This record gives sequence, structure tokens and C-alpha cells, in this order.
Amino acid sequence: MRLEKRQHSSALAMVLAPIGAVAFTLLVSTLLVLWAGAPVGQTYALLAQGAYGSVFALSETLTRAIPLMLTGLAATVAFKAKLFNIGAEGQLYVGAMAAVAVGGMHGGAGWDLPPALSFVLMLLAAALAGALLLLGPALMKARLGVDEVVTTLLLNFIVLLLVSLMLDGPMKDPTAMGWPQSVALRGELELSKLIPQTRLHTGLLGAVALAVALWALMKYTVLGFDIRALGANPRAAAFAGVPVTRTVVMVALLSGGLAGLAGAIEVAGRTSYLTLDMSPGYGYSGIVIAMLAALHPLAVVVASVFVAGMLVGADSMSRAVGVPTFIADVIVAASLISVLVATLLTQYRVRWR
Amino acid sequence: MTDPVLSLSNISKRFGNVVANDAISLDLQAGEILALLGENGAGKSTLVSILFGHYTADAGSITVFGQPLPAGDPKAALAAGIGMVHQHFTLADNLSVLDNVMLGSESLWQALTRKAAARAKLVQVGQRFGLGVDADALVGKLSVGERQRVEILKALYRGARILILDEPTAVLTPQESEALFDVLAQMVAQGLSIIFISHKLAEVLRVSNRVAVLRAGKLVAQADARDTTQAQLAQWMVGRAISPPQRRPSKHLGRAVCVLEEVSTAHARERLNRASLTLHGGEMVAIAGVSGNGQVALAEVLSGTRRITGGRITLMGQAMPQVASELVALGVARVPEDRHGVGLIGDLPVWENAISERLRSGAFSRGPWVKRRAAQAYAKAVITRFDVRGGGPTTAARSLSGGNMQKLVLGRALMHPGSLAEPDSAAFTPKLIVAHQPTWGLDIGAVAYVHEQLIAARDAGAAVLLISDDLDEVLTLGDRVAVMHGGQLSQARAALDWSRESIGLAMAGAEGVAHAA
Repeated sequence: MRLEKRQHSSALAMVLAPIGAVAFTLLVSTLLVLWAGAPVGQTYALLAQGAYGSVFALSETLTRAIPLMLTGLAATVAFKAKLFNIGAEGQLYVGAMAAVAVGGMHGGAGWDLPPALSFVLMLLAAALAGALLLLGPALMKARLGVDEVVTTLLLNFIVLLLVSLMLDGPMKDPTAMGWPQSVALRGELELSKLIPQTRLHTGLLGAVALAVALWALMKYTVLGFDIRALGANPRAAAFAGVPVTRTVVMVALLSGGLAGLAGAIEVAGRTSYLTLDMSPGYGYSGIVIAMLAALHPLAVVVASVFVAGMLVGADSMSRAVGVPTFIADVIVAASLISVLVATLLTQYRVRWR
Repeated sequence: MTDPVLSLSNISKRFGNVVANDAISLDLQAGEILALLGENGAGKSTLVSILFGHYTADAGSITVFGQPLPAGDPKAALAAGIGMVHQHFTLADNLSVLDNVMLGSESLWQALTRKAAARAKLVQVGQRFGLGVDADALVGKLSVGERQRVEILKALYRGARILILDEPTAVLTPQESEALFDVLAQMVAQGLSIIFISHKLAEVLRVSNRVAVLRAGKLVAQADARDTTQAQLAQWMVGRAISPPQRRPSKHLGRAVCVLEEVSTAHARERLNRASLTLHGGEMVAIAGVSGNGQVALAEVLSGTRRITGGRITLMGQAMPQVASELVALGVARVPEDRHGVGLIGDLPVWENAISERLRSGAFSRGPWVKRRAAQAYAKAVITRFDVRGGGPTTAARSLSGGNMQKLVLGRALMHPGSLAEPDSAAFTPKLIVAHQPTWGLDIGAVAYVHEQLIAARDAGAAVLLISDDLDEVLTLGDRVAVMHGGQLSQARAALDWSRESIGLAMAGAEGVAHAA
């Protein structure tokens, strides 16, 4: 068996590929549902209902989608430049930490600034913290050829230990009865709710706005061209005069900054303080979402809502029919694999023999 | 005539809509050198890839020494006695010659290698065919010509009786080519058969007994080498009569545009070592040399993609900036050696590729924004003026053919955006053109087109630096010719003052020749 590059991708293949991907995903997960002994139709119905079936379900899904959008965008911009940032998880945590440091109650900076200014400072600090965390690995890659996959991945663990240290030390909330959590954010810095009686907050608008902004940046600006050129062919980009190191730095600042913002917005919109289990792997899921979205910033919004929906829907489905919630991870993973294979097949044809 | 040792019958192969091989039938006799002649894309490589089992033919069959050859199985081809020497060598630099030769011919399931026996066999094979190479030398330290011998030895060591050589002279000096031809003669004298792939007419006639010409996937002609001429071969190859390129010397010499004084670069695979050269407006200086002697460094330095560590370069009287975008802004037109890997970004559309090197000059940007409309208009103008076919501004650059890619690279370099408004203004002609292997791999029509454009730019007053491995190109186009060896440049002398012999000696680094007046 071998792969041959197609001369042209036919329109039919472009339509069939995603349909085939969905069909394959359903097939895999259906087998698992059958194995668990649950009624297939009901399981899927409950899954969909739990994800998108009511205002409450939808609000939960969208709430979960907000950090995923931001880490998805972080992965998108980095991967477009072939800077493989696996460290969004760590960048998210340092962002959250910076947000609490600037905007926390006692123990926080304690500046007596107007809330609007504090809010902006908080977001800036979070973005900057995430950005700086990625800058080191990015420069080491650009200058010394150090593999950024290794450095960014390992930094995640260092950051988690740092967070743990801070939660037991300088940032510890004295009123938390010994729970490892940070001081809470000042109340006026928290994001307001989009829908009353739900957890959905205005961070959604910010995340979508950032997706649109990133899309415009990639498509319409010189920096966007530089990022795409560097990712597609670094030697040709350098020949054309793309400032390589500067572009890598910009990508690191953008990607790390977006991941850092994800941390700040989680704190300001949902948790209001920092804990060690604040992110159930949002940084890593962002990579999956970026790939599902084929590194298109606007598609990241859709992919995040899909992935968040699966996670949220699986929770309520699991309670009703007893299929483990892991089914959500299987569906997300299977859809990622099938989308990647389907994309490959639109560009290559398989030759047997 | 005896039975052929190799017989291809009705071989066909399609890639999508492209017919790479169309019912090709061809015989190879024992003890003959058959030249497979054709332009890039004529189907030569596909044919030998099928023969060697890299591809499977859609139709047709192959017989070797009377036995049918299973399709798509390189091991079967090796076992049947077919050996291949690829244009790009398949050797491990960090292993010795002996290890390279043994690599792949030893069983995985034996505990010890049989080095002594292998060495004896290697020496014996080498002596038999006049291919002396030190068996213990590291391949990484060998010259290109020696590496090629190792490749040939490797094939012979495995018992090849039919040897396929893919463009073997592309990397050799004229003298090394002659030495190779002697080795080939010894091999056929001892009963081996050789398929010699080339697109150079003169050497095909020099070395082969018989010539088979491919054009657009079809076998268009076969002839005895003694009964045919270069003109006839060229006509078969291209499909129409072509006139050989004529010398068109420079009409008037302008002032010095670019001066290199003792320029050196850092140690790398290739470097410049105190190279000096003066380029005048209205003149084409051609650089000859065996590839790997610093041509890449020279081209990159003048393209702004490699920094110098010593010496001085002045461009129109000023110190030359060592930044690509600034060079472009100053009127340096750059045509890189590798259009796929360096010249163009295949995933991006033609229009973005057309403006990529001018994106920092302000012509196509306002603040952070790209002026997409102006950029696409410019791309359209380049496409029209330089006859880029196979796609519009939004087509991905990778889907263009090699010739059209080169037209795009050349067009964007030569055509200043300002000339859209004022086509005749001299302010927009390039000051310096750095063309590195601008015709490599192009068909004859595209080669002539590129030459025309370079000559036209020279006659419009540009200083042209042409770096080429093709001696004919160097001697035909260059007003002056300098030879590069070991990072140094010989004195640039009038093209007519060089003979093929003297240039070959200089390419090999013979002392005194390079600097003798």
C-alpha cells in the first residue's frame, strides 16, 4: 500500500470527507455504547440533549467552550508557524496566577485603582505571563534549534509545581480552611453573566472576538503572511525577507498570550480563585481543537463548542444510561483521527499493491 | 543480434491525467551503452523507476535475461542483476566505503559481519573495472566524483550486470566525466550493459552506442549514436527544429554595480574564502564550478540570506546591506537555485508568492495591512508579462510546473511594481541580478525564455551574475567567466579566453591555471 499525491482534490471528495469522518466516529462510539449494553438511540439522544438540548445545557457547554476556544486559538497560531506549543496548559496556569496576583483581594497587589483599569491590567498581566513563558522555548528553538515540544511540555509540570507552591504559600487564601486555593479575585473584577441563573459569562464574547481578530490578522496583515510563510516553508520565508526570529517571537507572544488569557478569563468568569485542578487539561484539548479546526481561527469556535458539548453531554448521559463519561473522550479522539485521515485522503489517494 | 539482456514491452504509467510513460518498448543488448535522452518530465525517471521497482507500471511487462521481472519489487530487480546509481547519492556519510557497500547486502540474522570477505570482493571488483577507492575512507570525506564511484561499486558488488546511471555527469567536472566514461567503457567491454540517462546531447553522443529519445512519455526515436547528430537529437527531444543558442555579447559596459573584495563567510558545508569579483552594469558574469565549491554561499550572500565574516561588498558605491528585503528594495533581483524549496512557498497562492519579497518595501502594505488588491493586480501583471501558465493569482504555487514556477520567480524579481504605472522608466530596471542555476531542470523552451530575459535585462543595463553548473550555459551566456573552487573565485576572464580544458582544470582546482592571465 502506498499514498500518491492527488493532482486535484475533487469537489466530491471535499464533501464526502467530513461525512465519512462523522460516520466513522459514530461507528466507533456506537460499538462502545453497544458494548456497555446501553440503547444506542437513547444514548445519543441524551448526549445531544445534555450538550445542546436546553438553555441550561447550552449555557454549560458554552461556558466549558470558552477556555477551549482560547487555548485552541493559542495552538492554532503557533502551529500555523510550525511552532509546536504543547505548553498551553502551563501558560494558562501562569495566566491565572498573574490574574490573581494583580486582581486578588488580600495578598493581591492591593492597588487602589478604578475597576476598569484593574481589569485591563489583570488581563494584560495574564497575557504577558503566558507570553513570556513561551518566549523562552521559542527563542531557544529559533536560535539554538532546541525542540520546543520538549521544552514547552516540560514547562507544564514546572508551572504546576510552582502553582502548588504559591497556593500553599504567598497566594494561599487564609479563609479557605486549609484548602489549597488562592485568594479570590476582587468582586468587581469578575465577569458578568450573559444569561442570569447560569454560569455563562461574557468571556464568551471576548473569546469569539479574539477568534475573529486572529482570523483577520492571519488573512489580512503582513504579520499574518509572515506567520503562514514561516510555517509553510521557513527557507523560502527567509529568502523572501520574512524576519524569522521576530516572527517567531511574535507567534510566541500571541500563542502564550492567548493561553494566558484563557487562565485569567477562567478565574474572572468561573472560579474567581485559582486552584490546582482549575483546568482539566484545557491546554492539551486546545491542540485537539486546533487540529479539528484545521488551524482555522473561526473553525476553532465551532470545534470548541463541539468538544465542550461532548464533554458536558456525556456527563448527563452517563447518569441516565450508565455509559461511562469516557465515551466523550473516545468521540473527540475518534473524530480527530477521522478528520485528519479524511483530510489526508482529499489530498492523497491510496494505491494498493 | 543476440537476445536482449533487458526488454521492456509496452510500459505505460499514468499519474492522474498525466501520461508519464505511454506504451514504451525498448531493448538493451549485452555490452552496450544505451542513452535515454529526454527533457525534464519526458518520462525518463518514471521509466527507470518502474524498471527498478519503485513504481508499478499500469500496463506492460519487463524481461531480464529471459526471465519476467516481478513488478514493484526493488529487491527482485537487484536480484535480477539491475543496479542503479541515483543522481542524488544514497550513501551514509558517517560510514566507511566498505560499510556503505555492505549496507543492505548482509543478512540481519547473522551474528558477525563478514568484513574480510567483503573487502576482498570490493577490491577485486574495483580492480576489474578500474574503480579504485580506499575501502576504509569515510564517505563524508570523499569528493563528489569518488562518491559516485562508491555508488557504482555498490551496484557492482551486488552483482549488477545492468547498470542504470541517472544524470551521472551533472555533478562532475569535464575531466571527471571523461574518467567516468572510461570506466563505463571498461564495464561494457566486460559484458555489462548500461542505461545512461541524460539530457546533454554532446555527452550522449560521446558515450553511448545507441540513443533512445523520450518526449512527453512516448519513445519518439531510437538511433545508433554513430548515425545521428546533436541537431537531430534535439529535434526529436523537443519536437521541432531548434537553433543552438548563440553568443550575444554585451554591447556596452556600464559602471561597477557590485564589488566583492576578499569576501569570506563562516565555515559551513560551503563557504566563501576571500572571493573577489566586480560586476558591471550591462555585463553578464558567469560563474562556473563543480557544485559544492561555494556557489551556494556566493548566491546567498548576494541574496541577503547569509552574512559575511570578512571582506567588503559594495553595491552602487555603498556598503551592501545584508538583509534580503533591503537588497530587493535597492534593486537586486534574486533567482535562487531551488525554486521549490527556497524561491516559492508552495502552499501559498501565486499572488502572495509574487509579492512576498516586496512586502516590506511598502508597495503592498499600508501599516500592518496587506494591500490585497494592489498585490493581486501586480501578480496578474507578472503572470501576463512573463507568460506564467497553469493557474491564476489564487492558484497554489505548488501546482505550477517547474518552468512556470521559474517564470514566476524570474518575473517577480525583474518586474518592479512601479513599472506597472511607468513601464518605460529606467528607474525600475533591476541594478543587479543574481541568478543561481536559473535553468536547472527546465525544458529547452523554458531555458531559452530564461536566457532571453536575462540578456534583455543585461542589455537594459543590469549587472547579471549567472552561477551555473552547466558549462555550455556559462560559456555561451557569460561575457566574462570566473571559476569557483574551494570558496575562491578565479579572475573573471572574457569567455572566449577560456577553453573547455582550461576551465575544467580550474574547476578541479589546479594551481596556477585559475590565476594565469
